[in-house]
Amino acid sequence: MILDSKIPEGPLAEKWTNHKFNVKLVNPANKRKYDVIVVGTGLAGASAAASLAELGYNVKAFCFQDSPRRAHSIAAQGGINAAKNYQNDGDSVYRLFYDTIKGGDYRAREGNVYRLAQVSVNIIDQCVAQGVPFAREYGGLLANRSFGGAQVSRTFYAKGQTGQQLLLGAYSALSRQVANGKVKLYPRTEMMDVVMVDGKARGIVTRNLITGAIESHSAHAVLLCTGGYGNVFFLSTNAMGSNVTAAWRAHKKGAYFANPSFTQIHPTCIPVSGDHQSKLTLMSESLRNDGRVWVPATVETAEKLRKGQIKVNDIKEEDRDYYLERKYPSFGNLVPRDVASRNAKYVCDEGRGVNETGEAVFLDFRDAIKRDGEATIKAKYGNLFDMYQQITGDNPYQVPMMIYPAVHYTMGGLWVDYNLMTTIPGLYALGEANFSDHGANRLGASALMQGLADGYFVAPYTIGDYLAQNPIERILTDHPEFKKAEKEVSDRIQKLLSIKGDKTVDFYHKKLGKIMWDYCGMARTADGLTKAKAMIKELKKEFWTNVNVLGANEELNQSLEKANRVADFIELGELMVDDALNRNESCGGHFREEYQTPEGEALRDDENFAFVSAWKYLGEGLEEELNKEPLVFENVKLTQRSYK
Amino acid sequence: MNLTLKIWRQKNNTDKGAFKEYKIADISEDMSFLEMLDVLNEQLSTKGEDPVHFDHDCREGICGMCSLYINGNPHGPQQTTTCQLHMRSFKDGDVITIEPWRAKAFPVLKDLVVDRSSFDRIIQAGGYVSVNTGGVPDANEIPIPKSIADLAMDAAQCIGCGACVAACKNASAMLFTSAKVSQLALLPQGQVERKIRAENMVAQMDAEGFGACTNTGACEAECPKGISITNIARMNREYFSAVLSSDTV
Amino acid sequence: MSWVSKTLNSTLGRKVLMALTGLFLILFLVVHLAGNLQLLIPDGGEAFNKYAATMANNPFIKVVSIGNFAFILIHVIYSIILSRHNKKSRPVGYSITKASSNSTWASRNMGILGTFLLIFILVHLKGFYYEVKFGSIPMTTYEGVEFKDVFAIVSAAYSNVLYVAFYVLSMGFLAFHLSHGFASAFQTLGLNHVKYSPLIRKVGLVFSILIPALFALIPLVMFFQN
Repeated sequence: MILDSKIPEGPLAEKWTNHKFNVKLVNPANKRKYDVIVVGTGLAGASAAASLAELGYNVKAFCFQDSPRRAHSIAAQGGINAAKNYQNDGDSVYRLFYDTIKGGDYRAREGNVYRLAQVSVNIIDQCVAQGVPFAREYGGLLANRSFGGAQVSRTFYAKGQTGQQLLLGAYSALSRQVANGKVKLYPRTEMMDVVMVDGKARGIVTRNLITGAIESHSAHAVLLCTGGYGNVFFLSTNAMGSNVTAAWRAHKKGAYFANPSFTQIHPTCIPVSGDHQSKLTLMSESLRNDGRVWVPATVETAEKLRKGQIKVNDIKEEDRDYYLERKYPSFGNLVPRDVASRNAKYVCDEGRGVNETGEAVFLDFRDAIKRDGEATIKAKYGNLFDMYQQITGDNPYQVPMMIYPAVHYTMGGLWVDYNLMTTIPGLYALGEANFSDHGANRLGASALMQGLADGYFVAPYTIGDYLAQNPIERILTDHPEFKKAEKEVSDRIQKLLSIKGDKTVDFYHKKLGKIMWDYCGMARTADGLTKAKAMIKELKKEFWTNVNVLGANEELNQSLEKANRVADFIELGELMVDDALNRNESCGGHFREEYQTPEGEALRDDENFAFVSAWKYLGEGLEEELNKEPLVFENVKLTQRSYK
Repeated sequence: MNLTLKIWRQKNNTDKGAFKEYKIADISEDMSFLEMLDVLNEQLSTKGEDPVHFDHDCREGICGMCSLYINGNPHGPQQTTTCQLHMRSFKDGDVITIEPWRAKAFPVLKDLVVDRSSFDRIIQAGGYVSVNTGGVPDANEIPIPKSIADLAMDAAQCIGCGACVAACKNASAMLFTSAKVSQLALLPQGQVERKIRAENMVAQMDAEGFGACTNTGACEAECPKGISITNIARMNREYFSAVLSSDTV
Repeated sequence: MSWVSKTLNSTLGRKVLMALTGLFLILFLVVHLAGNLQLLIPDGGEAFNKYAATMANNPFIKVVSIGNFAFILIHVIYSIILSRHNKKSRPVGYSITKASSNSTWASRNMGILGTFLLIFILVHLKGFYYEVKFGSIPMTTYEGVEFKDVFAIVSAAYSNVLYVAFYVLSMGFLAFHLSHGFASAFQTLGLNHVKYSPLIRKVGLVFSILIPALFALIPLVMFFQN
């Protein structure tokens, strides 16, 4: 199949404006005759559900949490980018576009990214109007901070809880539509499958997580706003419930999965402390604005430190290696995430890691506290410091923080065109669930921007275009396709419950996570990936013969919920490995050790790999088919990224 | 460390439920409380026993999904969420009693999982500014004094976990409701619907069956986000000035 | 339902009635104490008896006293309504609570304290108010005018050690009741401000100690003088 990205004609800056004019509209009286399903209530889902309901569509919104307000968007800390240029420091829509394309290592579509930069300014307006309490200057105007990968201050923030405030803003808009009767909420409900009728997405099958009831919901369009799949690594900064199931089921029904191997490893997370670890905690990248990253200059000093023979504060200035400042003098500690993460790995691989496991580097605020005073640092990062102390027991005002990279975000996702529609007509993917805007690496404070851009300002237009071209007639849920899908879902659940093996679901999840982290993590090799593929295949077989899922379907059953999700993660893991193995280059978060510059930087191969890999599911046990969407760059010149 | 856990087990909403005792060994003090429960659940699952069900998601103290009434305090002995509570807060040999949030408006669904949708309905009653997407003024159109924006932010930090209700001897939701009323009453964007919001949210709070506030301050002391009861006073003001002056009869 | 009854039946409305009546009763305590302190003037009760007569005959005071009874009644009735409502809000309790870690004892036990105070008030009314109004009172004469010798009744009552003990104990309850009630009333009325609230709390604390202490002082002094 030829992948048509449907990028509108015309100059970059006019594409979206032209497109908005050219899309078909649904007249106001007819809007109430269309039903739209939104799965997931994070930034993308809540904003889309609210905006579509405001337009007059009937919306059903689903989330597995007990309330839409809990979606994992809430955990984003640092901020949201927007090309407002309020600071008069040279920002513009074009610069945000350029930074995002470059930050993504030239593996994103120009058209999508430019649109993202364009609507970024509307997002801030919208959120302020909703009552989002962004940080302000004494003059009463909005404050900005700088962020990794950019040389302007364009990040808006609300303390260290920007994601929370933006999500609560979208949640409030959603709540208003629930009160208006335009949105029906289904919390504690998990999507189990997409239902297709005549080749189009016409509904979903869900499982009520309290009663276990398998139910069908019909609609004219389905939006998957279900976030990323970082939990394939078991340990990640994602919420425990974050999963790939909705996207994966859609993929198995025909939606292509794009760039699955593009995962982002966030440089500033709290290091792993032991085998019991259930998840990793990220600390905002904004810490790198004032914190200096370093390790001891020699392996000997690091060893002494690890053995507790010396204290960190006793290490003299000349024995410290501020490696980011040394290697990247112009960006210093503010290099993009992939660069910062990889360099942490390098110094730890050299044996200069600083905690007991040898997998940690320092993030030091000593100089910032000396320069600005403890009060200023406290005002900026107080909650992050408290959180760090809560988890580790160390006081970061007195000793440097220890950090290590952790899986944080997945740039890959369901393939979508310019309209955010997947390869299944009527099925859309928004936010982190799609692949569209971040290429091979996402810049800090851009995830919130993309989720809200998709939900507030893109999908409401493009979905109207699709609906206007489709009949109003509803399909009832007693349609044979719904019944068939319900049966498939039930059968699978019964299969999981009937295995009654002797290993828990978490056992397999941890095993998968280890394989993924070791072979498909920060640095990958063809050998390792080949090995990983065989291991995952084996793991899948073992899972389906020896997992022990307790209890019954007809109850609140968290082991069954997990089993359903882990089964899909295993299959996704294999595809990620395929994708990583196929991409014989390094770009952004995808680093193949075979492909690097003499200085150890990612070495792209634009001639052969300037494309989006979009994988098509062909059937149980079959290798997936690779489709390529060539990336055309008409406005930016592809260069080797340099942050030196 | 070795611990004895007394955990509330209840099959479903209609089951009576009872405490069950579990022994657990070799718990590291670096574990979070929920990781300790994970260990217990792995052991129970391996033995073929139903694991203890509890709500949790982000495990970074922000989603508000985790709950648990631990040894007589919501979220345990520290002023934080349960997911951020670490085992270094306990000693070897401790007996830890774990109960679900208890309130009429938070019915137990299973074990330690409760239904907090009453909070959603309070927000649906008015915890928003009625602006549609698009067509809003520029974000810098209305300057907001930093002190006001900061106060609004302090109130807006509420994570909706329900610890305030769990802590309150009256199972009152005043802190939760007042945090949202306050945030929007402080900001210029919230002025238009200020009166109707206060009236409707209070009415919904009452309809859900939450208790009345007796100003014990337990909610503030237990709130993992340190939301202040000055917000409750502000809501009281908002409510009375609304009922005395609004057009709704 | 009209908006008035709707408001007064909301949890906030009920609380405001508690606060307003409570504040009035606080005010009443001050006036009452001012009068009672005259018992300590060493004039054989002349000042006090004159004061009692003024109070009994002043139409304004009559109205206020009726209001006072009404407020006590409202305060009691609404406390019962609220307590029942609050009880129902948590049908299943906790097996362990560590409430002392998050709130003061008085704030959690206003109902119990209030119940004791109600008993005190009833005994107090029976002993003094009822006696003075409807009982047979000895008379005394100052400058040719006849006065009811209320002082004699009080003095007799305060010679009973049990009565004095009961009185002093009740003032202890009052102190705890006020220690929470004073500041709490302001909070309920929405009067919480970074500048004034610390002052209100301090005044409340001083008030809750001083007023009951002075009240308790009277029977003690009179008991030991006897």
